[in-house]
Amino acid sequence: MSQSVSLLQGAKTIFTRDIRLAVRNRGDMVNPLIFFVLVASLFPLGVGPDPKLLTIMGGGVIWVSALLANLLAMDSLFRSDYEDGSLELLLLSPQPLWVMVMAKVVVHWLITGLPLTLLSPVLAVMFDVPGEAIPAVFLTLLMGTPLLSLIGAIGAGLTVGLRKGGILLSLLILPLYIPVLILGTGCIGAAISELPWVPFLMWQGALLMLGITFAPLAIAASLRVSISG
Amino acid sequence: MDGLLQLSVSDLTCERDGRCLFENLAFTLCSGDVLQVSGPNGVGKTTLLRIVAGLSLDFHGQVDWCGSPVDEDKPGFHSHLLYMGHQPGVKATMSPEENLRWAMGLHYSITVQEIYQALEKVGLRGYEDVPCYRLSAGQNRRVALARLHLKNKQKLWILDEPFTAIDLQGTAELEQLMVDHAKDGGLVMMTTHHEMNLDYSGFRKLALEPSV
Repeated sequence: MSQSVSLLQGAKTIFTRDIRLAVRNRGDMVNPLIFFVLVASLFPLGVGPDPKLLTIMGGGVIWVSALLANLLAMDSLFRSDYEDGSLELLLLSPQPLWVMVMAKVVVHWLITGLPLTLLSPVLAVMFDVPGEAIPAVFLTLLMGTPLLSLIGAIGAGLTVGLRKGGILLSLLILPLYIPVLILGTGCIGAAISELPWVPFLMWQGALLMLGITFAPLAIAASLRVSISG
Repeated sequence: MDGLLQLSVSDLTCERDGRCLFENLAFTLCSGDVLQVSGPNGVGKTTLLRIVAGLSLDFHGQVDWCGSPVDEDKPGFHSHLLYMGHQPGVKATMSPEENLRWAMGLHYSITVQEIYQALEKVGLRGYEDVPCYRLSAGQNRRVALARLHLKNKQKLWILDEPFTAIDLQGTAELEQLMVDHAKDGGLVMMTTHHEMNLDYSGFRKLALEPSV
């Protein structure tokens, strides 16, 4: 008789499989990143090369591009698992569903949010963001993008059963993205104006903790509803 | 040995799009039983299987596993359950071995030998490392069916159209596998339009009638 698996092993199974799938479908992984870089680099061409203007806009543009790139990748989080039946198997495993969706969201963040964050200092330099403010750009994205993934996954879970869930997904989760966006751009704005910017990060951290605590439960519930329908 | 296992369904009523699929449906399945749910298309066979498995929540009635409602101990019930739906749950970009490892990895730790043996039994020897998109529809189905060859705690099999895309010999093997599983104290509940010719005393049919 084979051994039952522990919570951690179950999460690890999901984790390694999703990483493997992401590596094999490299296109899906690179898409949001290219989108992020393209949007952010087209902006200076559109509004003109005035460094003062770019510095003021920089934080906002980087954050909005990151948010849209995340939104772009969100729909695929559960879609392929839903279509090939893997999601049903996931729901019927003896492991708690919230642990497994958490593993999926972590992988999703690693392949979308983290690369964006790592790339953001380069874009910040392009927007002539002062050197002292670049840590703020990086850290606020590091705190904010996991939250975007968590919130987005709730919407992705709710809309996965629909034929064309893309637009509904955006409508559902954009309002929830807005506080994250405001805190993120506020943080960068404060850093550029040489004001204390750490409090913004603390707020983001608090929201992230809240998200880590409750979002997995909401994602699990949303998936159950979608599969049931 | 887990002793006698029992799945019982009582007062099951399900409505879909204003049509009543079944009303006050009741049946009991014990260790050693093979139940074929039959009926015309759209009568609610898949819905019934999904309700029993715990995927569909939109119903009235009760599903009991070994005497207690399934809702009270879902992880316990699911650790006994092997479900195979319309979609086999096979990822095209992964190999049969990886697919099987993942599907079982959520339930039990499993060795490479066990996986290879199971794949050999479904006739996929030599295809262990080939990505599933290179395999035929029947072979993909067989990847999912390989789960049935792993001996473990999953005693209740719920199979939705397991014979789809499977050749004649595979069908005969699968029928035999179900009987062996039932004789070993397992329970099988499945749908198929294929005429089952099982020479086995525990084989029963549940015919769903279309509602008027």
